[in-house]
Amino acid sequence: MKNFINKKVLEIPPSGIRRFFDIIATMDEVISLGVGEPDFDTPWHIRESSIYYIEQGYTTYTSNSGLIELRETISKKLFQEHYLEYNSQDQVLITVGVSEGLDLALRAILNPGDEVIVHEPSYVSYKPCIIMAGGVPVVVETKLDDDFQLRAEDVEKVITKKTKAILISYPNNPTGAIINKDNLTKIAKIVEKYDLLVISDEIYGYLTYKGEHTCFATLPGMKDRTILLNGFSKAYAMTGWRIAYAASNRDIIKAMTKIHQYTMLCAPIISQKAAIEALNNGYSYMKSMIEEYNQRRRLIIESLNKIGLNCFKALGAFYVFPSIENTILSDEEFAEKLLLEEKVAVVPGSAFGDCGRNFIRCSYATSLNEIEEALKRIQRFFERYKK
Amino acid sequence: MKDILKILSRNGKEKPEKIATMVGKTKDEIEKIIKEMEEKKVIIKYKALIDWEKAGEDIVYAFIDVKVIPERDVGFDAVAKRIYKYPEVHSMYLMSGSYDFSVVVAGKTMKEVAYFVAERLATIEQVQSTATHFVLKTYKIDDEIVVSLEDKDKRLKVSY
Repeated sequence: MKNFINKKVLEIPPSGIRRFFDIIATMDEVISLGVGEPDFDTPWHIRESSIYYIEQGYTTYTSNSGLIELRETISKKLFQEHYLEYNSQDQVLITVGVSEGLDLALRAILNPGDEVIVHEPSYVSYKPCIIMAGGVPVVVETKLDDDFQLRAEDVEKVITKKTKAILISYPNNPTGAIINKDNLTKIAKIVEKYDLLVISDEIYGYLTYKGEHTCFATLPGMKDRTILLNGFSKAYAMTGWRIAYAASNRDIIKAMTKIHQYTMLCAPIISQKAAIEALNNGYSYMKSMIEEYNQRRRLIIESLNKIGLNCFKALGAFYVFPSIENTILSDEEFAEKLLLEEKVAVVPGSAFGDCGRNFIRCSYATSLNEIEEALKRIQRFFERYKK
Repeated sequence: MKDILKILSRNGKEKPEKIATMVGKTKDEIEKIIKEMEEKKVIIKYKALIDWEKAGEDIVYAFIDVKVIPERDVGFDAVAKRIYKYPEVHSMYLMSGSYDFSVVVAGKTMKEVAYFVAERLATIEQVQSTATHFVLKTYKIDDEIVVSLEDKDKRLKVSY
């Protein structure tokens, strides 16, 4: 039988740490700092109201764009929080997670061979999604010395005639980095100068622990050039609901909606209902989760630094990205040995791009007690493998 | 300061060093604040929350709605004092609505609690009436859910 698989799909390299995942799956009693989702359950008021709506028979399709009530609530929220005006009728689209939003955005704008600049270390889906949408990912590395912030000069260096968009994601997974407004403003100028678009994945936007997150669309001239992607997974602990939104100019949202209507039809109605409840009544619950993340963040950063795994002061998301250069191990060896010898799971930095290879990602979306126990074991482990 | 109190309200045994790291202050600062809060009685006491049933100790709780006639000058407080001074009284509140005090009484048996209500509480001069509701099961107490629930971590062990 000939090989029926699409060439583009075949060419996407498999995840380098598949083996590592397979080992974890067979182990019990692992303390995991490797999880990319909140340890909190979705706040009860959201779950409870969703149960009610299921009972009421909210079990149908919705319009392709999503429930108008949800789009209106999102539009109102974006105005209240960022003074951004998006018309709920045709500038907001409800998607199945930011993952879908990202895919739609890329497919809506890319012609074969178009280049998308993406910074690394970053979320694992970006490059494959660009490739599957027919584009070409162009990687810009961010560096520890810059607190993993994307620098406009580095972006400008890789711009070609084929560059169509820059994919920006701050607060960042895996580094926990945030980006300051100054840097964003410089990037915005380049976007203007070279007539580009920005896809801004701001899923961790609420999870910042110093100052306010700057929404890229708020920068001068950027609203129409930005595809803002955000959702409910991280801030409201709603990962399993798969619910998010995209906001942008009419043409882009129209194009994204066209793809969405034929491929997804609509996001699950019950998740849309849950999202409305989250936006209307979830703020205080979200704030208390953020407060707790922040306490754990301080503890984990200080402890890792004490151990000798130098850890920059991550101020966003729920990840820290300590360097393992003081050990004799590579990031993959570190993660695998730590798992086998101490039953603690972390993710090797190289999973998020080559430039992450001297680091590991530790998530503090885990209870304080577990974090403390994990740190004890990491300390023990470090003593065995330090340089 | 409130963040420190919140941490202690969840775990009274949390060490000052750890609290210091969690809230971004020094250990000395934390110790000073805690001491001050203890002196001001903002922190009233450190106690353990015990599941007596698991410990093999039977305790019966009853919530008693008490109607009283308040006294001139001292209002409800003087009557309240006559009630809450009894060690059998576990907690006590002045309520709005159709009765005045909500008194939580603890005893070894229902009989013991009933005896306390009939002989001690109801006989206080200002007490007009009592309605006793026995606790059948405790689900949540002091912010802690005590019935065993499925609280297993359902997440994948590793995800991006």
